[in-house]
Amino acid sequence: MRSKVLAVLSLATMIPTLYMIFFYAPTEVTMGNIQRIFYFHVPLATGGYVSAFLLFVGSLMFLLKHDLKWDRFGACAAELGVVFVSAQIVTGMIWAKPVWGIWWTFDARLTLQLVLDLIFIAYFMLRAYLPDREKRAKLSSVFGLLGMVDVPFNYFAIYMFPTQHPQPVLGPAGGGVDPEMGTTLTISFIAFGFLYAYLLDRRLAIAKVEEEIDYLKQVVFAHE
Amino acid sequence: MKPVAAIVFKDIVIEMRSKESLSSTTMFGVLVLVIFNFAFEPSSLERALIAPGTLWVAISFAAILGLNRSLAMETDNDCLQGLLLAPLSRGDIYLGKVASNFTFMIIAELVILPVFVIFNNLKFNVQFLEIAAIAALATLAIASVGTILSTISANTRMKEVMLPVLQIPLTVPVVIAAVDATGRVLTGETAEISSWLYLLAGFSIVYLTVSYLVFEFAVEE
Repeated sequence: MRSKVLAVLSLATMIPTLYMIFFYAPTEVTMGNIQRIFYFHVPLATGGYVSAFLLFVGSLMFLLKHDLKWDRFGACAAELGVVFVSAQIVTGMIWAKPVWGIWWTFDARLTLQLVLDLIFIAYFMLRAYLPDREKRAKLSSVFGLLGMVDVPFNYFAIYMFPTQHPQPVLGPAGGGVDPEMGTTLTISFIAFGFLYAYLLDRRLAIAKVEEEIDYLKQVVFAHE
Repeated sequence: MKPVAAIVFKDIVIEMRSKESLSSTTMFGVLVLVIFNFAFEPSSLERALIAPGTLWVAISFAAILGLNRSLAMETDNDCLQGLLLAPLSRGDIYLGKVASNFTFMIIAELVILPVFVIFNNLKFNVQFLEIAAIAALATLAIASVGTILSTISANTRMKEVMLPVLQIPLTVPVVIAAVDATGRVLTGETAEISSWLYLLAGFSIVYLTVSYLVFEFAVEE
Protein backbone atom coordinates (compact mmCIF):
# COMPACT_ATOMS: atom_id res chain seq x y z
CA MET A 1 0.00 0.00 0.00
CA ARG A 2 2.73 2.44 1.04
CA SER A 3 4.70 1.73 -2.11
CA LYS A 4 1.62 2.31 -4.30
CA VAL A 5 0.99 5.67 -2.63
CA LEU A 6 4.63 6.66 -3.15
CA ALA A 7 4.48 5.53 -6.79
CA VAL A 8 1.36 7.59 -7.47
CA LEU A 9 2.81 10.59 -5.66
CA SER A 10 6.10 10.51 -7.55
CA LEU A 11 4.32 10.12 -10.89
CA ALA A 12 1.86 12.88 -10.01
CA THR A 13 4.66 15.29 -9.09
CA MET A 14 7.11 14.29 -11.82
CA ILE A 15 4.75 15.14 -14.70
CA PRO A 16 4.18 18.79 -13.64
CA THR A 17 7.89 19.02 -12.79
CA LEU A 18 8.85 18.06 -16.34
CA TYR A 19 6.32 20.55 -17.71
CA MET A 20 7.68 23.32 -15.49
CA ILE A 21 11.33 22.53 -16.31
CA PHE A 22 10.79 22.64 -20.06
CA PHE A 23 8.00 25.22 -20.49
CA TYR A 24 7.40 27.26 -17.33
CA ALA A 25 10.95 28.12 -16.15
CA PRO A 26 12.44 31.07 -18.07
CA THR A 27 15.43 30.48 -20.35
CA GLU A 28 18.70 31.51 -18.74
CA VAL A 29 20.27 34.52 -20.52
CA THR A 30 23.88 33.42 -21.07
CA MET A 31 23.69 29.62 -21.06
CA GLY A 32 20.37 29.17 -22.85
CA ASN A 33 18.30 26.01 -22.68
CA ILE A 34 21.13 23.81 -21.37
CA GLN A 35 20.71 25.53 -18.00
CA ARG A 36 17.44 23.58 -17.55
CA ILE A 37 19.53 20.53 -16.62
CA PHE A 38 20.15 22.38 -13.32
CA TYR A 39 16.64 21.34 -12.15
CA PHE A 40 17.69 17.68 -12.44
CA HIS A 41 21.29 18.10 -11.36
CA VAL A 42 20.69 19.74 -7.96
CA PRO A 43 18.01 17.31 -6.66
CA LEU A 44 20.16 14.36 -7.84
CA ALA A 45 23.12 15.74 -5.88
CA THR A 46 20.93 16.09 -2.80
CA GLY A 47 19.80 12.47 -3.26
CA GLY A 48 23.47 11.44 -3.24
CA TYR A 49 24.06 13.15 0.09
CA VAL A 50 20.86 11.74 1.57
CA SER A 51 22.16 8.28 0.57
CA ALA A 52 25.49 8.94 2.25
CA PHE A 53 23.68 9.94 5.43
CA LEU A 54 21.38 6.90 5.29
CA LEU A 55 24.33 4.56 4.73
CA PHE A 56 25.96 6.10 7.80
CA VAL A 57 22.78 5.57 9.84
CA GLY A 58 22.34 2.00 8.54
CA SER A 59 25.95 1.04 9.31
CA LEU A 60 25.90 2.58 12.77
CA MET A 61 22.55 1.01 13.67
CA PHE A 62 23.69 -2.41 12.48
CA LEU A 63 26.82 -2.25 14.64
CA LEU A 64 24.71 -1.22 17.64
CA LYS A 65 21.71 -3.55 17.18
CA HIS A 66 23.08 -6.48 15.10
CA ASP A 67 19.83 -6.59 13.16
CA LEU A 68 20.27 -7.50 9.47
CA LYS A 69 17.40 -5.14 8.69
CA TRP A 70 19.82 -2.21 9.16
CA ASP A 71 22.45 -3.78 6.95
CA ARG A 72 19.87 -4.12 4.17
CA PHE A 73 18.85 -0.52 4.77
CA GLY A 74 22.45 0.71 4.43
CA ALA A 75 23.11 -1.36 1.32
CA CYS A 76 19.91 -0.19 -0.40
CA ALA A 77 20.69 3.44 0.43
CA ALA A 78 24.20 2.99 -0.96
CA GLU A 79 22.79 1.53 -4.18
CA LEU A 80 20.58 4.58 -4.60
CA GLY A 81 23.67 6.64 -3.81
CA VAL A 82 25.54 5.13 -6.76
CA VAL A 83 22.54 5.75 -9.04
CA PHE A 84 21.95 9.35 -7.93
CA VAL A 85 25.59 10.46 -7.77
CA SER A 86 26.38 8.82 -11.13
CA ALA A 87 23.33 10.45 -12.70
CA GLN A 88 24.37 13.74 -11.17
CA ILE A 89 27.88 13.44 -12.61
CA VAL A 90 26.48 12.54 -16.04
CA THR A 91 24.02 15.47 -16.07
CA GLY A 92 26.88 17.72 -14.97
CA MET A 93 29.03 16.51 -17.85
CA ILE A 94 26.24 17.08 -20.37
CA TRP A 95 25.97 20.64 -19.03
CA ALA A 96 29.74 21.20 -18.93
CA LYS A 97 30.41 20.25 -22.56
CA PRO A 98 28.60 23.24 -24.14
CA VAL A 99 29.20 25.68 -21.25
CA TRP A 100 32.83 24.93 -20.30
CA GLY A 101 33.76 23.25 -23.60
CA ILE A 102 34.96 20.09 -21.81
CA TRP A 103 33.31 16.95 -20.43
CA TRP A 104 35.47 16.65 -17.36
CA THR A 105 38.07 18.49 -15.34
CA PHE A 106 39.64 17.58 -12.02
CA ASP A 107 37.88 20.48 -10.43
CA ALA A 108 37.20 20.49 -6.69
CA ARG A 109 33.47 19.80 -6.66
CA LEU A 110 33.64 17.29 -9.50
CA THR A 111 36.38 15.37 -7.74
CA LEU A 112 34.39 15.41 -4.50
CA GLN A 113 31.37 13.77 -6.15
CA LEU A 114 33.55 11.29 -8.03
CA VAL A 115 35.26 10.21 -4.80
CA LEU A 116 31.87 9.82 -3.07
CA ASP A 117 30.75 7.63 -5.98
CA LEU A 118 33.96 5.58 -5.72
CA ILE A 119 33.45 5.03 -1.98
CA PHE A 120 29.93 3.73 -2.66
CA ILE A 121 31.29 1.43 -5.38
CA ALA A 122 34.12 0.20 -3.10
CA TYR A 123 31.42 -0.63 -0.52
CA PHE A 124 29.72 -2.88 -3.07
CA MET A 125 32.97 -4.51 -4.18
CA LEU A 126 33.65 -5.34 -0.54
CA ARG A 127 30.18 -6.88 -0.15
CA ALA A 128 30.65 -8.93 -3.31
CA TYR A 129 33.83 -10.52 -1.94
CA LEU A 130 32.30 -11.49 1.41
CA PRO A 131 30.23 -14.64 0.85
CA ASP A 132 29.15 -15.16 4.47
CA ARG A 133 26.01 -13.15 5.25
CA GLU A 134 26.86 -12.21 8.86
CA LYS A 135 30.42 -11.33 8.01
CA ARG A 136 29.34 -9.30 5.00
CA ALA A 137 26.95 -7.29 7.13
CA LYS A 138 29.50 -6.68 9.87
CA LEU A 139 32.52 -5.76 7.77
CA SER A 140 30.63 -3.72 5.22
CA SER A 141 28.98 -1.79 8.06
CA VAL A 142 32.41 -0.99 9.46
CA PHE A 143 33.53 0.16 6.02
CA GLY A 144 30.29 2.09 5.45
CA LEU A 145 30.85 3.93 8.70
CA LEU A 146 34.50 4.71 7.91
CA GLY A 147 33.60 5.74 4.37
CA MET A 148 30.87 8.14 5.39
CA VAL A 149 33.07 9.67 8.12
CA ASP A 150 35.39 10.49 5.22
CA VAL A 151 32.81 12.63 3.39
CA PRO A 152 33.15 15.78 5.56
CA PHE A 153 36.98 15.56 5.35
CA ASN A 154 36.75 15.31 1.62
CA TYR A 155 34.44 18.29 1.56
CA PHE A 156 36.86 20.33 3.64
CA ALA A 157 39.94 19.29 1.64
CA ILE A 158 38.25 20.12 -1.61
CA TYR A 159 36.74 23.33 -0.30
CA MET A 160 40.24 24.77 -0.01
CA PHE A 161 40.94 24.09 -3.67
CA PRO A 162 40.03 26.64 -6.34
CA THR A 163 36.87 25.70 -8.27
CA GLN A 164 35.28 26.71 -11.55
CA HIS A 165 32.01 25.05 -10.61
CA PRO A 166 29.22 27.64 -10.24
CA GLN A 167 28.82 28.58 -6.59
CA PRO A 168 25.50 27.66 -4.97
CA VAL A 169 22.91 30.25 -5.95
CA LEU A 170 20.62 29.42 -3.04
CA GLY A 171 21.35 29.93 0.62
CA PRO A 172 22.89 32.86 2.48
CA ALA A 173 25.93 33.37 0.22
CA GLY A 174 24.10 32.89 -3.10
CA GLY A 175 22.75 35.66 -5.30
CA GLY A 176 19.29 34.07 -5.45
CA VAL A 177 17.39 33.04 -8.56
CA ASP A 178 14.42 34.26 -10.56
CA PRO A 179 11.22 33.41 -8.59
CA GLU A 180 9.92 31.21 -11.44
CA MET A 181 13.20 29.30 -11.47
CA GLY A 182 12.98 28.98 -7.69
CA THR A 183 9.46 27.53 -7.87
CA THR A 184 10.52 25.05 -10.55
CA LEU A 185 13.47 23.92 -8.44
CA THR A 186 11.27 23.52 -5.35
CA ILE A 187 8.73 21.41 -7.24
CA SER A 188 11.59 19.39 -8.71
CA PHE A 189 12.96 18.75 -5.22
CA ILE A 190 9.56 17.47 -4.08
CA ALA A 191 9.23 15.19 -7.13
CA PHE A 192 12.71 13.76 -6.68
CA GLY A 193 12.08 13.34 -2.96
CA PHE A 194 9.04 11.15 -3.66
CA LEU A 195 10.96 9.28 -6.35
CA TYR A 196 13.79 8.60 -3.90
CA ALA A 197 11.40 7.40 -1.19
CA TYR A 198 9.61 5.14 -3.70
CA LEU A 199 12.84 3.60 -5.02
CA LEU A 200 14.20 3.02 -1.52
CA ASP A 201 10.94 1.42 -0.40
CA ARG A 202 10.87 -0.93 -3.41
CA ARG A 203 14.54 -1.80 -3.10
CA LEU A 204 14.14 -2.65 0.59
CA ALA A 205 11.23 -4.97 -0.21
CA ILE A 206 13.31 -6.70 -2.90
CA ALA A 207 16.29 -7.03 -0.55
CA LYS A 208 14.09 -8.74 2.00
CA VAL A 209 12.81 -11.23 -0.57
CA GLU A 210 16.39 -11.88 -1.73
CA GLU A 211 17.34 -12.70 1.81
CA GLU A 212 14.42 -15.10 2.22
CA ILE A 213 15.38 -16.87 -1.02
CA ASP A 214 18.94 -17.25 0.21
CA TYR A 215 17.68 -18.72 3.45
CA LEU A 216 15.34 -21.14 1.65
CA LYS A 217 18.18 -22.23 -0.65
CA GLN A 218 20.28 -23.07 2.36
CA VAL A 219 17.44 -25.08 3.87
CA VAL A 220 16.95 -27.00 0.62
CA PHE A 221 20.67 -27.74 0.28
CA ALA A 222 20.78 -28.90 3.87
CA HIS A 223 18.03 -31.45 3.13
CA GLU A 224 19.65 -32.85 0.01
CA MET B 1 50.36 1.89 26.73
CA LYS B 2 52.03 -1.41 27.65
CA PRO B 3 50.07 -3.66 25.24
CA VAL B 4 50.70 -1.19 22.40
CA ALA B 5 54.44 -1.28 23.07
CA ALA B 6 54.34 -5.09 23.27
CA ILE B 7 52.71 -5.38 19.84
CA VAL B 8 55.18 -2.94 18.29
CA PHE B 9 58.06 -4.87 19.88
CA LYS B 10 56.68 -8.18 18.57
CA ASP B 11 56.40 -6.78 15.03
CA ILE B 12 59.90 -5.30 15.14
CA VAL B 13 61.38 -8.64 16.28
CA ILE B 14 59.54 -10.47 13.48
CA GLU B 15 60.74 -7.91 10.95
CA MET B 16 64.35 -8.11 12.12
CA ARG B 17 64.26 -11.89 11.68
CA SER B 18 62.39 -12.08 8.39
CA LYS B 19 63.47 -8.75 6.79
CA GLU B 20 60.59 -9.15 4.35
CA SER B 21 58.24 -6.24 4.63
CA LEU B 22 60.47 -3.23 5.13
CA SER B 23 62.88 -3.93 2.31
CA SER B 24 60.11 -4.52 -0.23
CA THR B 25 58.08 -1.42 0.71
CA THR B 26 61.14 0.84 0.71
CA MET B 27 62.33 -0.53 -2.61
CA PHE B 28 58.86 -0.15 -4.08
CA GLY B 29 58.61 3.49 -2.92
CA VAL B 30 61.98 4.36 -4.45
CA LEU B 31 61.03 2.60 -7.71
CA VAL B 32 57.83 4.66 -7.97
CA LEU B 33 59.93 7.83 -7.65
CA VAL B 34 62.27 6.58 -10.38
CA ILE B 35 59.40 5.72 -12.73
CA PHE B 36 57.86 9.15 -12.25
CA ASN B 37 61.13 10.81 -13.19
CA PHE B 38 60.97 8.93 -16.49
CA ALA B 39 57.30 9.74 -16.97
CA PHE B 40 57.60 13.51 -16.56
CA GLU B 41 61.22 14.62 -16.98
CA PRO B 42 60.32 17.83 -15.20
CA SER B 43 62.33 20.92 -15.93
CA SER B 44 63.32 22.86 -12.84
CA LEU B 45 60.35 25.22 -13.31
CA GLU B 46 57.73 22.49 -13.24
CA ARG B 47 59.48 20.58 -10.51
CA ALA B 48 57.69 22.24 -7.61
CA LEU B 49 54.36 21.42 -9.28
CA ILE B 50 54.99 17.76 -10.02
CA ALA B 51 57.42 16.64 -7.29
CA PRO B 52 54.94 16.62 -4.35
CA GLY B 53 52.55 14.43 -6.34
CA THR B 54 55.24 11.87 -7.13
CA LEU B 55 56.33 11.75 -3.49
CA TRP B 56 52.82 11.10 -2.21
CA VAL B 57 51.95 8.53 -4.84
CA ALA B 58 55.17 6.72 -3.86
CA ILE B 59 54.43 6.89 -0.14
CA SER B 60 50.76 5.96 -0.31
CA PHE B 61 51.38 3.01 -2.66
CA ALA B 62 54.29 1.78 -0.55
CA ALA B 63 52.03 2.08 2.51
CA ILE B 64 49.40 -0.17 0.90
CA LEU B 65 52.08 -2.77 0.21
CA GLY B 66 53.32 -2.62 3.80
CA LEU B 67 49.83 -2.74 5.30
CA ASN B 68 48.94 -5.81 3.25
CA ARG B 69 52.10 -7.53 4.44
CA SER B 70 51.51 -6.51 8.06
CA LEU B 71 48.08 -8.13 8.18
CA ALA B 72 49.08 -11.14 6.07
CA MET B 73 51.71 -11.80 8.74
CA GLU B 74 48.93 -12.01 11.34
CA THR B 75 46.50 -14.12 9.31
CA ASP B 76 49.13 -16.65 8.11
CA ASN B 77 49.40 -19.40 10.75
CA ASP B 78 46.38 -17.85 12.56
CA CYS B 79 48.59 -15.49 14.57
CA LEU B 80 45.64 -13.11 14.82
CA GLN B 81 43.77 -15.73 16.86
CA GLY B 82 46.61 -15.72 19.36
CA LEU B 83 46.55 -11.97 19.51
CA LEU B 84 42.79 -12.00 20.10
CA LEU B 85 43.16 -14.58 22.86
CA ALA B 86 45.66 -12.37 24.68
CA PRO B 87 44.12 -10.42 27.59
CA LEU B 88 43.92 -7.15 25.64
CA SER B 89 40.99 -5.06 24.55
CA ARG B 90 40.34 -5.11 20.80
CA GLY B 91 40.98 -1.40 20.70
CA ASP B 92 44.46 -1.86 22.18
CA ILE B 93 45.28 -4.41 19.48
CA TYR B 94 44.21 -1.84 16.90
CA LEU B 95 46.37 0.89 18.46
CA GLY B 96 49.29 -1.51 18.65
CA LYS B 97 49.01 -2.39 14.98
CA VAL B 98 48.66 1.32 14.06
CA ALA B 99 51.81 2.08 16.05
CA SER B 100 53.76 -0.71 14.39
CA ASN B 101 52.51 0.16 10.89
CA PHE B 102 53.34 3.82 11.56
CA THR B 103 56.85 2.88 12.74
CA PHE B 104 57.57 0.78 9.65
CA MET B 105 56.20 3.41 7.29
CA ILE B 106 58.37 6.06 8.94
CA ILE B 107 61.45 3.85 8.59
CA ALA B 108 60.66 3.37 4.88
CA GLU B 109 60.22 7.13 4.51
CA LEU B 110 63.64 7.69 6.09
CA VAL B 111 64.95 6.25 2.82
CA ILE B 112 62.27 7.51 0.41
CA LEU B 113 62.44 11.16 1.52
CA PRO B 114 66.22 11.63 1.10
CA VAL B 115 66.02 9.88 -2.30
CA PHE B 116 63.21 12.29 -3.23
CA VAL B 117 65.36 15.25 -2.15
CA ILE B 118 68.34 14.04 -4.19
CA PHE B 119 66.31 13.21 -7.32
CA ASN B 120 64.75 16.67 -7.27
CA ASN B 121 67.94 18.57 -6.42
CA LEU B 122 66.47 19.98 -3.23
CA LYS B 123 68.53 20.82 -0.17
CA PHE B 124 68.70 19.15 3.22
CA ASN B 125 67.70 22.28 5.12
CA VAL B 126 64.66 23.58 7.01
CA GLN B 127 62.50 22.81 3.98
CA PHE B 128 63.43 19.15 4.31
CA LEU B 129 62.46 19.15 7.99
CA GLU B 130 59.13 20.76 7.14
CA ILE B 131 58.42 18.10 4.52
CA ALA B 132 59.41 15.42 7.04
CA ALA B 133 56.96 16.87 9.58
CA ILE B 134 54.13 16.85 7.00
CA ALA B 135 55.10 13.28 6.11
CA ALA B 136 54.91 12.19 9.76
CA LEU B 137 51.40 13.65 10.17
CA ALA B 138 50.14 12.24 6.86
CA THR B 139 51.68 8.85 7.65
CA LEU B 140 49.77 8.72 10.92
CA ALA B 141 46.58 9.51 9.01
CA ILE B 142 47.28 6.77 6.45
CA ALA B 143 48.23 4.25 9.18
CA SER B 144 45.10 5.00 11.24
CA VAL B 145 42.66 4.28 8.41
CA GLY B 146 44.87 1.71 6.65
CA THR B 147 45.20 -0.59 9.65
CA ILE B 148 41.47 -1.18 10.02
CA LEU B 149 40.92 -1.38 6.25
CA SER B 150 43.65 -4.00 5.89
CA THR B 151 41.93 -6.00 8.65
CA ILE B 152 38.67 -5.81 6.72
CA SER B 153 40.29 -6.76 3.42
CA ALA B 154 42.12 -9.71 5.04
CA ASN B 155 38.67 -11.27 5.58
CA THR B 156 37.70 -11.16 1.91
CA ARG B 157 38.38 -13.67 -0.82
CA MET B 158 40.60 -11.23 -2.76
CA LYS B 159 42.79 -10.09 0.16
CA GLU B 160 45.60 -8.15 -1.52
CA VAL B 161 43.47 -6.72 -4.29
CA MET B 162 40.79 -5.42 -1.97
CA LEU B 163 42.92 -3.08 0.17
CA PRO B 164 43.77 -0.47 -2.51
CA VAL B 165 40.12 -0.45 -3.65
CA LEU B 166 39.04 0.40 -0.10
CA GLN B 167 41.92 2.60 0.91
CA ILE B 168 42.59 4.90 -2.04
CA PRO B 169 39.16 6.60 -2.04
CA LEU B 170 39.25 7.08 1.75
CA THR B 171 42.74 8.59 1.76
CA VAL B 172 41.93 11.17 -0.93
CA PRO B 173 41.68 14.03 1.61
CA VAL B 174 45.02 12.97 3.16
CA VAL B 175 46.76 12.88 -0.20
CA ILE B 176 45.26 16.23 -1.25
CA ALA B 177 46.39 17.83 2.02
CA ALA B 178 49.87 16.29 1.92
CA VAL B 179 50.48 17.12 -1.75
CA ASP B 180 49.35 20.70 -1.41
CA ALA B 181 51.24 21.26 1.86
CA THR B 182 54.45 19.80 0.37
CA GLY B 183 53.98 21.95 -2.72
CA ARG B 184 53.62 25.05 -0.57
CA VAL B 185 56.83 24.21 1.28
CA LEU B 186 58.68 23.81 -2.03
CA THR B 187 57.37 27.08 -3.47
CA GLY B 188 57.78 28.96 -0.19
CA GLU B 189 54.10 30.00 0.07
CA THR B 190 53.66 28.64 3.58
CA ALA B 191 50.84 31.00 4.60
CA GLU B 192 47.89 28.60 4.41
CA ILE B 193 49.81 25.48 5.34
CA SER B 194 48.42 25.28 8.88
CA SER B 195 44.88 24.46 7.74
CA TRP B 196 46.26 21.42 5.88
CA LEU B 197 48.08 20.34 9.02
CA TYR B 198 44.86 20.73 11.02
CA LEU B 199 43.08 18.61 8.43
CA LEU B 200 45.70 15.85 8.69
CA ALA B 201 45.66 15.94 12.50
CA GLY B 202 41.85 16.00 12.62
CA PHE B 203 41.64 13.11 10.16
CA SER B 204 44.01 11.03 12.30
CA ILE B 205 42.17 11.79 15.54
CA VAL B 206 38.73 11.01 14.09
CA TYR B 207 39.84 7.77 12.41
CA LEU B 208 41.83 6.61 15.44
CA THR B 209 38.75 7.13 17.64
CA VAL B 210 36.19 5.59 15.29
CA SER B 211 38.43 2.63 14.42
CA TYR B 212 39.31 2.08 18.09
CA LEU B 213 35.59 1.72 18.79
CA VAL B 214 34.63 -0.47 15.82
CA PHE B 215 37.78 -2.61 15.50
CA GLU B 216 36.17 -5.44 17.47
CA PHE B 217 33.61 -5.88 14.67
CA ALA B 218 36.38 -6.11 12.08
CA VAL B 219 38.23 -8.95 13.86
CA GLU B 220 35.32 -10.87 15.42
CA GLU B 221 34.66 -14.32 13.98
